[in-house]
Amino acid sequence: MGVAKYIKNQADGVEKVIYQSGIEVKPSYGPKDLEAIGFDYDEDLGDPGQYPFTRSIHPLGYRSRAWTTRQYTGFGTPQDTNERFKYMIANGQNGLNVAFDLPTQMGYDSDSPQSEGEVGRVGMAVDSLQDFEIAFKDIQFDRIGSGLTINAVASIMLAMYQATAEKFGYSKETISATPQNDILKEMIGRGAWIFPVEPSVRLVCDTIEYSVKELPRCNPVSICGYHIRESGATPSQEVGFAFEIAKTYIDNLVGRGLSPDDFVGRFSFNLNVFGNLWEQIAKFRAARKLWARLLKEEYGVTNRKNQFLRGLFGGGGSGLTKEQPENNIIRGAYYGLAAALSGAQTTALCSFDEAFTIPTPRAALLSLRTLEILMEEVGLRDTVDPLAGSYFVETITKEMEGKIKEEMLRVQKTGGMTKAISSGYIQREVARQAYDFEKSLQNGEIIKVGVNKYAEGDQPDVELHEYDDSWVNTQISRLKELRRTRDNREVNRSLKSLQKTAKSGNNVMPDLVDCCRAYATVGEMTGVFRDVFGEWDEPCLF
Amino acid sequence: MEYKKRIRVLIAKPGLDGHDRGAKVIALALRDAGMEVLYSGLHQSIDQIVSTAVQESVDVIGLSVMTGAHLSISKRLMQTLHDKKLSDIFVVVGGVIPQNDISKLQEIGVKGVFPGGTRFEVIVDSIRALF
Repeated sequence: MGVAKYIKNQADGVEKVIYQSGIEVKPSYGPKDLEAIGFDYDEDLGDPGQYPFTRSIHPLGYRSRAWTTRQYTGFGTPQDTNERFKYMIANGQNGLNVAFDLPTQMGYDSDSPQSEGEVGRVGMAVDSLQDFEIAFKDIQFDRIGSGLTINAVASIMLAMYQATAEKFGYSKETISATPQNDILKEMIGRGAWIFPVEPSVRLVCDTIEYSVKELPRCNPVSICGYHIRESGATPSQEVGFAFEIAKTYIDNLVGRGLSPDDFVGRFSFNLNVFGNLWEQIAKFRAARKLWARLLKEEYGVTNRKNQFLRGLFGGGGSGLTKEQPENNIIRGAYYGLAAALSGAQTTALCSFDEAFTIPTPRAALLSLRTLEILMEEVGLRDTVDPLAGSYFVETITKEMEGKIKEEMLRVQKTGGMTKAISSGYIQREVARQAYDFEKSLQNGEIIKVGVNKYAEGDQPDVELHEYDDSWVNTQISRLKELRRTRDNREVNRSLKSLQKTAKSGNNVMPDLVDCCRAYATVGEMTGVFRDVFGEWDEPCLF
Repeated sequence: MEYKKRIRVLIAKPGLDGHDRGAKVIALALRDAGMEVLYSGLHQSIDQIVSTAVQESVDVIGLSVMTGAHLSISKRLMQTLHDKKLSDIFVVVGGVIPQNDISKLQEIGVKGVFPGGTRFEVIVDSIRALF
């Protein structure tokens, strides 16, 4: 959830308003506020499309190009997923965003004991290339871009995407995939990590390096402040931590001899839209500016387009409530408004039933329609960065910039992001914010309509997604059949080669593509990595 | 009120799910209430959870389950505790729990069920009342 704290002040009757990032908001703003922060149009904003891109990365904003909508889809069998993909494309969606089940995310095959009860539950089950061939059947790889929402084994999924596209006759130069591939944020929140910090970062950077050299239309990493925020972090921490994560990947790639200008243009960000409207808008504007400055000043990035903060601003999952679930439809519209007023390039909204379950097709479509109404009916595309120059918005944008920098400095003082995660510092910070938020919700300092105010008596019950596992046996027998009928000598050869490369420190991607082509399973490829890298021993501080 | 004994609690996350916000928030709330709290970390098997509970001589295991698999996981934990003659360790469960499942969990011996959104004082009082 996450809005401002409203604290009663009996003396003058005015409530104190404090945003989650610690910004205190005054009842009114004027020209003197801009003077006080030393506001300078060219320095702080620049025209849209001009450095530091506070206003927009495009000169004409949505007048030149509406946002890309990318609802999160994919569940159960590869066949189900394929049908849902086609349905969303037929309804105007121009990119896919693929969900995987937990066993796939954790690198286990559907018949592994660890997978029991989880196959296909929160996304599509993928064991081998065969599943991708079914899921992406009749999808035009050269026209539709796919977000692959997976991290610990993102390298494997990108290799599989390439192998599938090639099998269907598309050359690897024409395909467009965005694996999420941000393992450090998994270690802070969401928890789908496998290997220790160092080899995990190496796999992320192998994927990026390979994409830079071989997959010109792929964006190999999406850095997710989003999940860090969902885990409890404030908006300034969300952006500050995301930037420190990005720096970790950049530094690794620079260490391989790449120049930042060769690859930072492929980075995208996934940031969250729920919470106080003004704080989110200030956050996105400040983030665009800080990212451009960071790349130019610290990494010598000179190509203008490489200085863009690109990404998906959307979601809002933890803003949704189980209480009075229809309220989530309204919340979604306002989160979409926040994304539009912030100049989101790509967006997607959590569906109103998502607090309970995987979205129904109808709810997913309603989210898509909400975004279409904002863009095509209400007028959000009329002019770029409509709030620019507002005494209030410019003041808090500048204040947000300071708050984000403070968070980054704190991480740097612990020795950088990998140390901050290995020691458990970040996880503890985020957990404490989550606790503080929950306390504020319980004592009424933070208001959540239908939850701690305007509640309607009875506690609502949760309705769990009917998890139909009748097809799991089909998936498992298909997998067993595959293991029997594939060329197992080729599988063993490619897995041995993968093992050698994993040990040597060379880039694992070409070997992974080979393994996928041979129909090696996700569990087998991950098994090689588990042997070579071991598993992460998480610091359990809180 | 004075408590003779500091209650030791292990907050545990079984299975593949990695959503640990609730687990950590409850861990902090119980610690603020004066309990000694350990957190298992993610991706724990039932055997790992029980073995940590024994090593750390905890009085209570608090399972956090968000995936809908709370019934089968709790059954397996209760059975393991029973088999190892560790039934003096109390089990409580939190997470995404439908109302209908609360009595089912109680029937298999779970001492407290706390669906998401339960107030901290309710959880603290329920655990204290076990001693």
